[in-house]
Order: sequence, then C-alpha cells, then structure tokens
Amino acid sequence: MSSQLMSGAKVLLECLVREGVDCIFGYPGGVTLPFYDALYDHHIKHILVRHEQNAAFAAQGYARATGRTGVCCATSGPGATNLITGLVDAMMDSIPMVALTGQVTSKLIGSDAFQEADTFGITRPCTKHNFLIKNLADLPQAIHEAFHIASTGRPGPVLVDITKDVFQAQAHYTPVNSIHLPGYKVFMEGHGGQIRRAAQMMWDAERPMIYAGGGIIAAGASEELTALTETLDAPAVCTLMGLGGLSSSHPNFISMPGMHGSYAANMAMTHTDLLIALGVRFDDRVTGRLNAFAPHAKIIHVDIDPAEISKIRNADLPIVGDVKRVLGKLNTLVNEMKGSSAAKNAGARKAWWGQVNAWRDENPLKPVFSDSEIKPQHLISEIDRLSGGEAIVTSDVGQHQMWSAQFIRFNHPRLWINSGGLGSMGFGLPAAVGAQFARPDKLVFSIVGDGGFQMSIPELATIAKHALPIKIIVLNNGYLGMVRQWQELFYNNRLSSVELDVFPDAEKLAGAYGFKGRTIDKPSELASALEAAVREPGPYLLNVKVSPFENVFPMVPAGGALNEMVLSSPQPVSVD
Amino acid sequence: MLQIISVLMENKPGALMRVTGLLTARGYNIESLTVARTLDPELSRMSIVCDVEPHQRPQLIKQMNRLINVLQATDLTESPSVKREMVLLRVRAAMPSRTAILKEAEIFGARVVDSSTEGYALEATGDSEKLDEFIDIMRSYGEIEVTRSGMVAVSLDARKLKLAGPTEVGPRQETAMVRD
Repeated sequence: MSSQLMSGAKVLLECLVREGVDCIFGYPGGVTLPFYDALYDHHIKHILVRHEQNAAFAAQGYARATGRTGVCCATSGPGATNLITGLVDAMMDSIPMVALTGQVTSKLIGSDAFQEADTFGITRPCTKHNFLIKNLADLPQAIHEAFHIASTGRPGPVLVDITKDVFQAQAHYTPVNSIHLPGYKVFMEGHGGQIRRAAQMMWDAERPMIYAGGGIIAAGASEELTALTETLDAPAVCTLMGLGGLSSSHPNFISMPGMHGSYAANMAMTHTDLLIALGVRFDDRVTGRLNAFAPHAKIIHVDIDPAEISKIRNADLPIVGDVKRVLGKLNTLVNEMKGSSAAKNAGARKAWWGQVNAWRDENPLKPVFSDSEIKPQHLISEIDRLSGGEAIVTSDVGQHQMWSAQFIRFNHPRLWINSGGLGSMGFGLPAAVGAQFARPDKLVFSIVGDGGFQMSIPELATIAKHALPIKIIVLNNGYLGMVRQWQELFYNNRLSSVELDVFPDAEKLAGAYGFKGRTIDKPSELASALEAAVREPGPYLLNVKVSPFENVFPMVPAGGALNEMVLSSPQPVSVD
Repeated sequence: MLQIISVLMENKPGALMRVTGLLTARGYNIESLTVARTLDPELSRMSIVCDVEPHQRPQLIKQMNRLINVLQATDLTESPSVKREMVLLRVRAAMPSRTAILKEAEIFGARVVDSSTEGYALEATGDSEKLDEFIDIMRSYGEIEVTRSGMVAVSLDARKLKLAGPTEVGPRQETAMVRD
C-alpha cells in the first residue's frame, strides 16, 4: 500500500476505521484539540457526553449490548482521571473497551504542566493493558494492539495515552498489517482429555447443575449452553453477569444464585454433587461463606482465564479455553455418551429434579403487591410484562438492580446491562445511552434508583440532544435503599446519611430538557403510566414513588452460607 | 520463608511496574528485585524475592503470567535452581588488621576491588546466608558500608517457553493464538 503524508490525529482515525469503530463517546479538551479537529468532518460519530465517567459507561453500554469494543475518549489530566471508575468497572466485568486519552506534549511530561496527570501510571492497575505513545511511528501498532487485547481472550479495557505532539506530527502513514504480542497467550480450544473427562463426569453425577456466568455472554455461547442444559436436562442458574445466557423462560432455569438469588438456586447449589461452572469466577456475592458453598459438589470449571481456575474454589476438573469452543466439543461428547450413560443415574436425576421443583414451589420469587402504595417488586414485574423478555434493561447497583435481576426475564444475551463486579452507582443511565446508540431498534429501559440517577443526571442532556427513546424509570424510595436495608438489618436501624429527601420534580426536570416526565405513587396508575412511557416516541422520565422500607429478599447475610437465606421477615442480626 | 520468582518479560517502559504492582496491590513488600536485559535485547529477566502467603502464590504467578508484557513467570522457591547474590563492601581497617581481613576474604571467596590506606573494598558472591556471615565478620574489623545486589536465580529445569504468534490486523473475527 502506498503511504500518505498525514497528521497523527488522522492516522488515529484511519486505525479506528480499520478496527470497525463507528462511534466514540467522549469529551474534548486542550490536548485532544487536534484529534477533535480531525473528527470534525470524519464519518466516525462522536457522542458528546456531559462527564467523562459517563463516556466510559456509555462505551460499556455499547459494548455490552453488541459484543463489539466500545470506544471512549477524554483529554489529559481531569479528563483521564474521570474515566477511572468506568475503566475499573469494565475490568471487573470483562468488557471490551478502548479508552483514548490525550496527554500533554511529550517534552512537557513530568513538568507539572497544565492538565498533566500520570495517566499511564494511574490506569495501569485499572486496565487489562495500557500504552503511552510519544512517537507517531508507534501509534498505529499500539491502536491495533489495544483493540486486539481488549476484544480477545478475557475481554477488558485498554487505554492508549497519546501526547499532543503525536496528534500534531505529520508522517507518511503505512497501515500496519500484523501485530505480535509474544507474551499474550490466549488458550481457546480446551484440553481434549479434560473435555472427555468432563463429559463422563456429567453423566456420572446424580445431582448435576449448571452455573453459567458472564463468560457465556462474552463468548457468545448461549446456544451451546442451552444445548448442554437440554442434553443433560440439568437445572441451571445464571449469575448476575450471565442473565440471558440461558433464556429466563427456559424450563430448566432456576434463576440467579447468591446473596439475593432464588431459594431454589441456592438450595440446589448447596446440594448438587456436580457443579458445572461455565465462565464464572465464584464471586463472593454468589458463593456466600466459602466453606459452606456447594459442599457436596465436584467442580468442573471452564474459563478462558487460567488465573480464574482454583482462585476461590479448587476445581476438580479445570478446562482453560473459550467456553463456546469447549461447550461445542463437550456437547458432541455428551450426546455421544448419552445412549450408554444416561440410563445409569436416571432414577437419581429424576429424584433430583423432584427436589429442585419442590424448592421452586416452596419459595418461588414472587413480586409483592399492595393497594395503597407501589411496591418496588410490583413496578419491576410490570416492566417485565412490557418487556416480555425482549427489551434491553440497564441498571445501577442496589435494590432496584437485584429486583430487576429477580423479576425481569431476559430471553437473550446482551439484554441485561448492569454494573456487576464494581457495583458503580450512576452506571445505568449512561450505559443506556451507549446501548441505545448500538441498538436503535431496541426498547431500552434504564431502571435506576433515586441515588444513582442523581449521580449521572447530566446525561439527560445527551439523551435529549439525540432524542434517544430511553425509558428512564426511577425506582424512588427516598433512600439509598440497599445501604438503608443493611443499616436496618445489621446496624440496629440507625439510618445514617441514607435519606434522599430532596428529589427534583420529574415532569419539570424532563421538561427542562425538552422531553416528557411524570411522577406517580398510586398502584392503580402504574400499568398505564408505564405503557404511556413506552408509547412515547422520545425519551421518557418516569419517577415512581415506591414504598420506602421494602427490603430485597431472599438474602444471604454477608458471611452466611447460601442455605442460610433470610426469606422474608427481617430478623435483625447483630454484626460481629 | 522468603520466595523467589523469576519473570521473563518484554523490555518495555512500565513492564516492571505491572509485575511489582501485583505485589504492592496485595500489600506485600518486595525484599529484593533485580532486573536486566537478556541475550535478546528486547527481553528482560527479573528476579523478585518476596514473602507471599503460600496459598496466594500460585494465583499471583498466574496473574503475572496474564500480563501482556510477561512471557513467563516462574516460582523458583521449591524448584531446582541456583540462587546467588553479590555484595560490595567497604571496610575501614587499621594496619594491624589488614592481613586478617584478606584471610577472611579468601575464606569467603571475596575479591579485593580497591585498596587504600583507609581500608579495602571487597566483592563477594554467594547465597544470602553466606553473605550475611561475611558481612558480620567484616563488621568485627571496623566500620563497614555495604551494598547488596539482591538475589538472582536461574532455574535448572529446562522449561518450554510458549509464545503467541503474530496476528493479522483487521475486523476482529477468529484470531490466531496459541492452540493447546
């Protein structure tokens, strides 16, 4: 290919085009001026958010809704430091994202220049990998490496910090066609012998169950997961990150396990003799007290990241590989063995299903209703009715997130978008912006608490500017609900700094941005108000005043075992 | 007991921080650290001596191996390896004790690298315990100043180094990677 004289800013855009980037969420500043000048008449779309943190969250929303790498951009100093929460959030949930930051001119680095921060140093532990680019010659290589690292293996955020003089420099651009990262080893296929042994274990088990996580979504392995679930006819749970990996409407799905998981899921985890762990990391919110977690189970653990194997719970049979490829091979073997092996434990497995179904019937996840006030679970189940398992739902962290995970069905992967590992408030609204840009065809609900909503309230401007038809549903209980719940249960109900007694008038607030909003507080209004919000062609802000002291149940108290769930009535427990 | 971890990594800015950051993030102190270029100038070899709880070590080494710049991280604590450290030591010594110092130095295989009316500068290598003894003995002769290199180690096992191959640039579909 012939080379062409162009600026660093244009070289960067060329590289982004080659990586298939169609939109960037960002915020300009002093040192990124040359880049924004090049963007001015370029076909890559730039979405101007109202805070850099939300650029990172929106890029994540884009990535989570599509599986493609999200891109965000910020200037040096405060721009870059504002990205940090979004980077760590993407790191914790293994979301492919590339963050581009401007840096002061290379000669000024280390001189305490205006808006200088050591972005490369600060973001090192917040990213899968990062780069500092001080020479234009190194830029194309770094950009392609960044996208490669972000999107392959266990996905994650990669940051490229680029000095202003690199944007301004002129050079003959020759496209880079090959990258070489000798230390970046990704094991895709899984060990054949281990896969065979795993298939045998699956038929040897009397009480097998499937524990599927975010890895299923990342690998696009829903089909394979569904096939395995059906061939084995095992009960299956999806973690908070894995919801939609197996359709919530699937008869074998027994909901989410863990701290606020279903009774059936947690009891099954406690009694299973073979836990088939697929793309999960045995998070503490899933396992509860570790020495009481799945105490009778052998563990098969499939993960693409060798560092996850036996990190928390020793794997009896580890398989390092891409869960889609591994499941593909497993399914073949499990099917082959079915004829000779299925009969062996058929009786025991039937009894196991009997037990699991009994748990399901004993304490199903059931929304609560009231005639006098809107119960938050009622609100969420109405959203579920309108979604029918098909809408994209984003959330922050807290009570509304847990109720959404419990009561909203997700019939496909990439519909449920929430901050799982880091638990960042303020995530839901900007994530909905990214998701709606990525999937303009989709109905997007942004379910947020009155706390988290106010953390990212400036993004109402971005939503209004682009007339994004996001349905913002504020589950407004007047408190930081989850913190209040813990204060009630574990701190003698001393409600310290959790009351959010000032909240803007939703109709006026939305009106100020030029779209519709409304506040409701009567159960009789709920269904019609939600339907009106969905019918509205543009954005809609629905502020729903719900009963303030509702708690999320079931609940495994911190440090408790999964089978020690508190099911409903709050039993105050003292903290040791 | 202290452990020694050997890390083969790319010789790039920030690579050292990525490795040591995994220790500092867990609140572990690094007892010693040496790093230098290998025969291949694009690679460095790092030897880290640290005190990590035994159950955390395998996880830590896996996380080091996960770093993009790291080609191989190996725990040499319990595997066959040779470990050595160097000490440079200056001892002030009055005339009557100088011969005795040279005798002691000889016992430890130390070399004189400088001699003046003030005393000697000595160089010794060995395992850490032996060097501790050497330093103790020299201290008995007079005021000393010591610089230790930190431990370097070489594994006695031949380890196969698995490296990733090059990858095409373009829209991300299938990527050429290590097949196991």
